[in-house]
Amino acid sequence: MTTPLVRPKRKNPLKRTRLPLGPQGVRSRTAHGLTAAAAEGRFVLQVCLDCNTVIYPPRDACPSCLSARLPFRDVDRSGTLVAETTVQTSTDPYFRERTPWRVGTVKLDVGPVVVAHLHGDAVEGGRVRLDFKLDRSGSAVAIALPEKDTENMADDPHLREMTCDPKFRRVLITDGRNAVGQAMAKAFSDAGAAIVFVGLADGWKPFPGLDVIRKIERVEIVPLDVTDTESVTEQAEQNGARIDIIVNTAEHVRAGGVVDRHGLTVAREEMDIRYLGLMRLAQAFGPVLRSRGADGVNSAAAFVNLLSVHALMNWPAYGSHSATEAACLSAAQCMRAELRPGGVKVLNMFFGPLETEWFQTVPPPKVMPAVLANAVIRALKQGVEDAFVGDVAEDIRQRLAVNPKALEREMTS
Amino acid sequence: MTQDDRMASGAIRKSYDGIVACLPVTIPYRHYSTNSAHWWLGRALREIVTRARLRPKDIDGFAVSSFTVGPDTAVGLTQHFGLSPRWLDHIPFGGASGIVALRRAARAVQAGDADIVACVAGDTNHVDSFRKTLSTFSRFAQDAVYPYGSGGANASFALITKNYMNSYGARREDFAKLCIAQRDNALSIPHAMMKKKLTLDGYMSARPIADPIHLFDCVMPCAGAEALLVCREDTAKSLNLPGVRILSTIERHNAFPTDPMQVRGGWALDVDELWSMAGLKPKDVDFVETYDDYPVIVMMQLEDLGFCMKGEAPDFVRSHSFTNEGTFPQNTSGGQLSIGQAGAAGGFLGLVEAMRQLTAQQLGTQVPDAKTCLVSGFGMINYDRGLSSCAAILARAT
Repeated sequence: MTTPLVRPKRKNPLKRTRLPLGPQGVRSRTAHGLTAAAAEGRFVLQVCLDCNTVIYPPRDACPSCLSARLPFRDVDRSGTLVAETTVQTSTDPYFRERTPWRVGTVKLDVGPVVVAHLHGDAVEGGRVRLDFKLDRSGSAVAIALPEKDTENMADDPHLREMTCDPKFRRVLITDGRNAVGQAMAKAFSDAGAAIVFVGLADGWKPFPGLDVIRKIERVEIVPLDVTDTESVTEQAEQNGARIDIIVNTAEHVRAGGVVDRHGLTVAREEMDIRYLGLMRLAQAFGPVLRSRGADGVNSAAAFVNLLSVHALMNWPAYGSHSATEAACLSAAQCMRAELRPGGVKVLNMFFGPLETEWFQTVPPPKVMPAVLANAVIRALKQGVEDAFVGDVAEDIRQRLAVNPKALEREMTS
Repeated sequence: MTQDDRMASGAIRKSYDGIVACLPVTIPYRHYSTNSAHWWLGRALREIVTRARLRPKDIDGFAVSSFTVGPDTAVGLTQHFGLSPRWLDHIPFGGASGIVALRRAARAVQAGDADIVACVAGDTNHVDSFRKTLSTFSRFAQDAVYPYGSGGANASFALITKNYMNSYGARREDFAKLCIAQRDNALSIPHAMMKKKLTLDGYMSARPIADPIHLFDCVMPCAGAEALLVCREDTAKSLNLPGVRILSTIERHNAFPTDPMQVRGGWALDVDELWSMAGLKPKDVDFVETYDDYPVIVMMQLEDLGFCMKGEAPDFVRSHSFTNEGTFPQNTSGGQLSIGQAGAAGGFLGLVEAMRQLTAQQLGTQVPDAKTCLVSGFGMINYDRGLSSCAAILARAT
């Protein structure tokens, strides 16, 4: 059983702040096959297509038959923890800060031997589940978890280094006026966030969900307008140093393509709210998030982008909107590189049409805001970088992997 | 192919008759050095040339082992040192470097490809060079070991040691006995880095590094160099250099890849050939130089090289004494655990010490009536285990 986390006390400004560091993140190009899978929460290893040998560490030739056909495939993750050690002395500054640090040798049932980080409930000689997670450098690492879930297991310090669990963290929901923002506030409160800041532009304007938000525990409504640089900067100055997770819920969804739309007004609004809004948030909150990546139990952990899955493939019915989402996706990739030195993850949530007023004419399946919010919580707890929510998003992900050109042609129908 | 298969097919290995190793050279170690690996290798080479009264151009074969000589290889070093060898080898095999260099050089001289081969190993140790070596030691280390606590070899051998203890009942006290005896042997060696007597209390209460590895199970990384010369017996005589004969050698890499964890090295595959080629049995050798990074590997060598059965090394240790006057003299100069590990020179340390003992040029205590010995090498923890193993049986040239 893991000792449950205790809600951190108010920070003593005279005490030493732990600065963000990462473990070695350099990997061979082949090994990044594991990083790609870990980013989506999948457990894969190389499997030889010629002789079925399961391979680890990643190689460029099969050690049984020398085949070069070694794709990463989903494989069984169970094994036995053969031996463990506790590293007390490390040459790496990241681990020096965190010793004692347990590692062990896991013999997987599918064959290979994996040196892995150990969850506190994984015991020598016992059965374990192996998982690949992104560490603070953003590269995949193996961690051995107990075979079955144990009490408070998410609170394990080794595991928490690799996840962005909202428990005891302080969250900013950038826009509470829409259904997604309201669902998000509820989900983070339920997940044990210490404070849920909910941004509201033009707070004097009434809207139906206001009473609902007010009733959610630990919610604090704050003025924030992502289209106003001054407002964003002011909010960052006010609360930036005590915000650990940001979820950008600002949205602007309008139907219509590029050729058949008259004028640029809608496109400008979309870009201002979504793309420039993201940049304003990134510039105002990014530097302080990055500097607080190792700041205790409630360290800065993640920036969450809510992206239409059509960021990956334009949907002409919402063609201009798709283009804006693609711009946001590209910016998110840049933010990932910029926030990685702080160990802060950028989580991209991809989803299809939502069950909201702006997709009234679109047939199901559609994603309920609460479903999206719960998926965000799950993704943060897992520590993934990319998550697909709902049937449409999953459908597009799979078709994109098989034949992007076919998908492009089929998006019109 | 096992030895039996080879014997059955009529292929019998040629002996090393007529070839000797001579001129054991050690450039005294330092914990840190601001000099380059080239400097250390150059000092060793100079010592060889001076003591053998040779000119550099007389060295027509050159084998070099080093981790820190980059970006150079053996080729670049010929120009650096002004050598024009007709036989050249680069053997960065860590703890296996010495015996591998010896057996390759011996064959080259035997075949007439070279007459006088200088085998040199050395590394420098700058502040922070140890961390850099660890983090980039191998692709598998970079991808699959170093990001896990960055404990380096300590953590990898901790897992091997833990598994060995769980499997065969070895205790920390058993490792202590080996370490303490080696320290006793080192007390009379002028250049040993660790010259304070080690007690059981001191060993047991040492700082934990990576459980069950504690401070005195670890070698101290340092700068230094070791070297020797391989030539024909008549050449050695004409140079007035006492030599040692090579009765047999073995070498093996990546043996037993399907063992889930390392409980044996490649020696276990080749041990019969080692003894039969030498025409000796384990009880016939007067002393043993094992590769002692870490003590658990010493135990595996005692088993895999035929001194006891697998799993019996803990008992073997309990029933023998390992000082130079003991029932089983082992690592007679204190080994790397006491002298220090100067990178690839660690792979030469036991070999050079064995040559000294056999030719009565010892720096410390003489093993009584030392005529034959076994030297063993081990190295290169590429991922989860040491890949290279080798051994040689040497005898005093009469």
